[in-house]
Amino acid sequence: MNKSVFFGAMTVASLAAGAAAAGTLEDVQARGKLNCGVTTGLVGFAAPDANGEWQGFDVAVCRAVAAAVLGDGNAVEFVPTTGKTRFTALASGEIDMLARNTTWTLSRDVDLKFDFVGVNYYDGQGFMIPKEMGVASAKDLDGATVCIQTGTTTELNLADFFRANNISYEPVPIETNAEGQQQYLAGACDVYTTDASGLAATRATFESPAEHVLLPEIVSKEPLGPLVRHGDNEWGDVVRWTLNALITAEELGVTSANIAEMSASAGGSPEINRLLGTEGTLGEMLGLSASWSKDAIAVSGNYGEIFAKNIGEETPIGLARGLNAQWTDGGLIYSPPFR
Amino acid sequence: MSDTSASAVAFVRTESVPASAPPSNAAGPVKWVKDNLFAGVGNSILTVLAILAIYMVLSKSMPWILNGVWDAPSLSACREILNGETGACFAVLSERWNQLLFGFKYPAELYWRPATAFVLLFVAAAPVLFFDLPRKLLIFTGLYPFLAFWLIWGGPIFYPLIALIGLIVAYKVFVAFEKNNFTMALGLGALSAIVIWYLSGFVGENSALLALSLEAVPSRDLGGFMLNMMLGVTCVSLSLPLGIALALGRQSSMPFIRYICVIFIEFIRGVPLITLLFVASVMLSYFFPPGSGVDLFIRVVIMITMFSSAYIAEVIRGGLAALPKGQYEAADSLGLDYPQAMRLIILPQALKISIPGIVNVAVGLFKDTTLVSVISMFDMIGMIRGPIVASTDWNGIYWELFGFAALLFFVVCYGISQYSQWLERRLATDHR
Amino acid sequence: MTIMTDPPKESFRLSMLLNDSRYRSLTLQVIAAILLALVIFYLANNVATNLAALGVSISFDFLGAPAGYDINQRLIEYTSQSSNLQAAFVGILNTMLVAVLACITATILGVFAGVLRLSNNWLVSKLMSIYVEIFRNIPLLIWILVIYGVMTVVLPAPNAFRGDDPSASMFMGISAFTNRGVYIPGPEFSRIFGETGILSAGIGWLVAIAILVGSFFGARIVNKRATRIQEATGVRPATLATNLAIWFLPLIAFFIITGLTFVVPVLKGFNFGGGIKIGAPLIAMWLALSVYTGAFIAENVRAGIQAVSKGQTEAAGALGIRPGRIMSLIILPQALRVIIPPMISNFLNITKNSSLAILVGYADVTATLGGITLNQTGRAIECVVLLMLFYLIISLTISGVANVYNNSTKLKER
Repeated sequence: MNKSVFFGAMTVASLAAGAAAAGTLEDVQARGKLNCGVTTGLVGFAAPDANGEWQGFDVAVCRAVAAAVLGDGNAVEFVPTTGKTRFTALASGEIDMLARNTTWTLSRDVDLKFDFVGVNYYDGQGFMIPKEMGVASAKDLDGATVCIQTGTTTELNLADFFRANNISYEPVPIETNAEGQQQYLAGACDVYTTDASGLAATRATFESPAEHVLLPEIVSKEPLGPLVRHGDNEWGDVVRWTLNALITAEELGVTSANIAEMSASAGGSPEINRLLGTEGTLGEMLGLSASWSKDAIAVSGNYGEIFAKNIGEETPIGLARGLNAQWTDGGLIYSPPFR
Repeated sequence: MSDTSASAVAFVRTESVPASAPPSNAAGPVKWVKDNLFAGVGNSILTVLAILAIYMVLSKSMPWILNGVWDAPSLSACREILNGETGACFAVLSERWNQLLFGFKYPAELYWRPATAFVLLFVAAAPVLFFDLPRKLLIFTGLYPFLAFWLIWGGPIFYPLIALIGLIVAYKVFVAFEKNNFTMALGLGALSAIVIWYLSGFVGENSALLALSLEAVPSRDLGGFMLNMMLGVTCVSLSLPLGIALALGRQSSMPFIRYICVIFIEFIRGVPLITLLFVASVMLSYFFPPGSGVDLFIRVVIMITMFSSAYIAEVIRGGLAALPKGQYEAADSLGLDYPQAMRLIILPQALKISIPGIVNVAVGLFKDTTLVSVISMFDMIGMIRGPIVASTDWNGIYWELFGFAALLFFVVCYGISQYSQWLERRLATDHR
Repeated sequence: MTIMTDPPKESFRLSMLLNDSRYRSLTLQVIAAILLALVIFYLANNVATNLAALGVSISFDFLGAPAGYDINQRLIEYTSQSSNLQAAFVGILNTMLVAVLACITATILGVFAGVLRLSNNWLVSKLMSIYVEIFRNIPLLIWILVIYGVMTVVLPAPNAFRGDDPSASMFMGISAFTNRGVYIPGPEFSRIFGETGILSAGIGWLVAIAILVGSFFGARIVNKRATRIQEATGVRPATLATNLAIWFLPLIAFFIITGLTFVVPVLKGFNFGGGIKIGAPLIAMWLALSVYTGAFIAENVRAGIQAVSKGQTEAAGALGIRPGRIMSLIILPQALRVIIPPMISNFLNITKNSSLAILVGYADVTATLGGITLNQTGRAIECVVLLMLFYLIISLTISGVANVYNNSTKLKER
C-alpha cells in the first residue's frame, strides 16, 4: 500500500501529462469521464442519496454536460468541494467544470480567471427565524446572533446589509449546513442566513417546518451558475450551450417524455429541429455529435423538469419558480436562440 | 529437685498457639478499603468525590445506552419507538454501518477486498511487532504493500507486480555491488529499478498479466474508517525510511546536508498539520506538471508523510544521541565505513530504543488523520459531519455517531499504546 | 631489510571523488546541492507554468483591501471595512488568547491529574488513569466537536431566560450560562475613562496590571531587606502587614479613583447585554484543548515524579519532613527538570492545535486569514504561505525560549 501508490501515481501522472496538452473537451473525451465539482452535500442541489448516488439540481447539469460530450449521463466523476477548495480544484484542472451553487461576481470572473457560462438559478440571500420570535422584517434584527455558512458571498452581503441599515449583529460562522442547522435549532443563534433556496432546503428537513419563517427581505443578488476555466473557449461553449439547450427545451416544450419521438425525424418546428440536431450542424460546430442536445435533455429532462424533480414545489424543498420561471412566464430564465 | 518437673506446674504448653485471625478491620477487604480509600481525611474526601463523579456519569449515561434502539429506519421513527423515554438511537450505526467503515462510494460488492487487506495487515505487521515470530514471515510483510494496494484499488495485478519486481531487482543489484562501494551500489540499484519500470511500459496492452485484474476503484471513492486506517498505515510506513534518512542527515558531518535536514524538520514541526492539509488541497496541485491531475488522496499522503517523517526523525535522533559514544568509536576502530557502521552497529541499537517513541508518533498520526475531514475528504468524521448528519433521515443525531467514532479510535489507539508499553518493558535492559 | 620510503605520491584520479574520504563528503554535498537545485527549479517551473496558464500571478495586494466580513470576537478595533491584514491580526490575537488560556488550564489540570495518578487512593488513581487514557487515545477533533455539541444542546438558549416563567435562570443572579457563551459581570471604569466599552476597560486593566507589577517589585525589596536583617541579626522582622499593604493598597486606591463598577449582564433584545461575554466557541476550544493536552501533561508529570529516585523521598522522610512538604520541597523541584521540556512542547502543540478552531467557528487566524479571507479573495497560495509563516514564527519563538531554559537548568557537571 505504500511504495506502489507513488509508483502508480507517477505512472498516472506521466500518462496524464502527455494527454494534457489538448483542450478540456479533448481531455474529457479521451478520459471518457467528466470531472464535475459539486458541494459536499446540500439536499436538492447536490447530495449523495442513501445508495451513494449523487442527486440534485447542480448534479443534473453535470450529467447533462456529460451526456452531451460523451453520450452517457453517468460518465461523471463527482468531486465534492468545499467553499475553500472549489476554485483551486477548478484552476488546477482537478475538475473540468464547477457546478456548486457559485455566485457570479466580477472578481471571480475577472480576477480569479474563471468563466461563468450562464445562470441556472437566480437566488438571493434570505433570513430564517423561528416564528415565535415575532420578527417581521430583517431590519428588526438589531443585536441578533446570526448563523452564517462560511465560504460563500453570504458573509459579505450580511456585513453590507447590516452596515447599510446601521444595525449591529453577531456572526457565528458555520462550516457545514448540518452544523448550522444544529446551532439554529438549539437556539445558539437567532437567525440563520444563506441563499433563500438553501434556507428552504434546510427548513424542509426540520421536524416542524411551519414553526420557522423566511423573512421577506432578500438582501443580495445571487446568480448561481456553472463555471469553467478562463481561456478554454471551446469547452466553455460546450457547457454554456448544454445549459442553454436545457432551457430552450423547456421553452419549446421538449421533455424527456417526448424527446425520443421528436428527435426521430425532423418535425414541423425548425427551432426544435435545430436544437435536436435533425436539421443543421450545430453539434458539429461545437465539436460534438449531432445528437448532443438530445442526449443532454434525455438524461434528466429539460430545465423545468430538473427544477420540478429536485427543488420544485412537489419536493420537500418546495421552491416556487419565481425568478427562475421562463421569460415567457415572467421569469429571468432566457436562452439565446439556437441557430 | 527433680520434683520440680512438668507435673508440678499446672500447665505448660508444648506446642505454639495457632495464629489467630487478624481483627476484621486489619485484614481482607476491610483493610484494603481502609488503606486504599480512607487512609486519611483528605483521602476520604477524594474517595467520596470520586464516587460522586462516577455515579453522576453512570446515572446519566447508562439509561441512555441500555435503552438504545438498534433498529429503526430514521431518527423520527427511532424517537417514536422510544416514546419520550431517554435512550440512544444506535439504529443509525446499524443502518449506516458500511458507510461509516467504507465511505459512501466504495462499491458494496467489493467490501471483502479492503476487509481482507485489513485482516492481512495483522499478519504482515506481526513479525515486525513481535520479535519472537519466525523471521521468514517478514517476506509476507514485504509483499503486503503490493497485495494491499491491489486489493483496495483493484486494476490489473501487472502494476503492483512490476513495482515489486523492480524493487527486488534493485535490491539484488544493491547487494551484489554493496561490497565494492555503498554509494555506487545504491545508485545502480535505483537505476536498475527505473530500467525495469521503463521496460515494463513496452508490455503490450493484451498481455495476460494485464488481463488478471480486479475491478478498479478510484481513490476518490475511498472513505470512512477505512480511509483513516489507510492514511495512517501508509503514511507511517512511508515516513519511517524518510525519518531515518532525515535523522542521519541531521547528525551528518556534511554541513550542507545537515542544514537542509534541520530546515526541513523544523519547518514541518513548526506548522500545524491542518495548514499542510490546506497545502495539499489548495496549493500542491500547482507544483505538479500542468494537467497531471494527481488526485487528492496522493497529495494528502505526500503531505502527511512529510509531516510524520519530521517527527519520526526527531525520535530517531533521540535514539542516536542516547547511544554511548563508545559504540561509534568502536565501529570506527573496527575500520567500518559510515554506511557499514550505521547499518551494522548504530541503527539497529538506535532504532530499538526509538520504537516506543515511533509508536507514539504513529498513534498521534492515526488520530490526526481525522483532520482530512476539514478538506472535504469523507473519512469517518467526514462521513458523520457530511452525508450522514445532512441526510433527511438522520438529521439531528449526534452523540451516537461521535460516541461510536470515539470508541473505534480508542480501541485502536489504546491497543497500540499498550503494545508500546509492553515493548518498552521487554526492551528494558538496565535491570533496575 | 627494507627501507621505509615516503608512500608514492598518488596523482588525483576521478574515482577518488567517491572513494577518498578527503573528497567524498564534498562530492556528496555538491551532488545533493545540484539535486536540490534541480528539484526546486522543477517545482518552481511547474508553479510558474501553471500560474501563467491560468493568467494569475502571486500578489499580496489583497491584504490592504477591505475584508468585507465581520468577526464576532475581536480584541482590537475591527469592522467589516477594515483590511484583510487587520482581520488576520484579529485572528492572530484570538489564536494567542485561546492558546494562552488553554496552556494555563492544561498545566493546572495536568499537574493535578499526574500527581493524583500516583496517589495512594486506589479509586482516585484509577479514575485519573481512565481520564488520561480516554483523552490521549481519542482524536482532539472529536473532542472539540463533542464539547461544542454538548454546550449547544445542554445549555439553555438566551430565549429560555425570557418571559414570566423562564425555564432557565441566571447563576446567582449575576451570570448567565447560555449556549452562545457565558455572560459574567464585567468591570467598568466609569470615572476616568468616561465612555464604557471594551477599549476603556482594556486600558483600565492594563494600568491595573502595571500597578501589580510595581507591587511585585516593591514586595521584593521589602523581602530582600528582611532577609538581609535576618542574616545579620538572626531575627526576621515581620513583613506580612507591609507585604499585604504593598500588594493591595495601590490597587484598591486605583479602583476607587477610577470608579470601578461591575456591570451585570441583562437580557435585552435578542441577547444578553452588558458585562463580559465569553463566546461558546472560545469556551469549547479552551476546554477541549485543556482536557486533551492536560492528559498528556499528566503523563509527563507522572514520568517526571517517578524519575526522581525513591531514595530522595526516603531521605526526606528520615529528616522528618511531612509527606505534603516532601512533594513540594523535595520531589517536584527535582522532577521539574524532567517535566518542563516536554511541557513546553505540549504548549507548542496547544498553539498548533488551536488551528482546529475552524471547526467550531472560533475566529482564530486559520479561520480569518486561512478561512474567510482565502475564500473571499481566492488567493489560496498567498494565504496559506502567510498562515504557515505565522505558525512557524510562533513555534520557533517558543522552542527558542525552551532551549534557553534547558540550557540554564542543565545539571552542571564537571
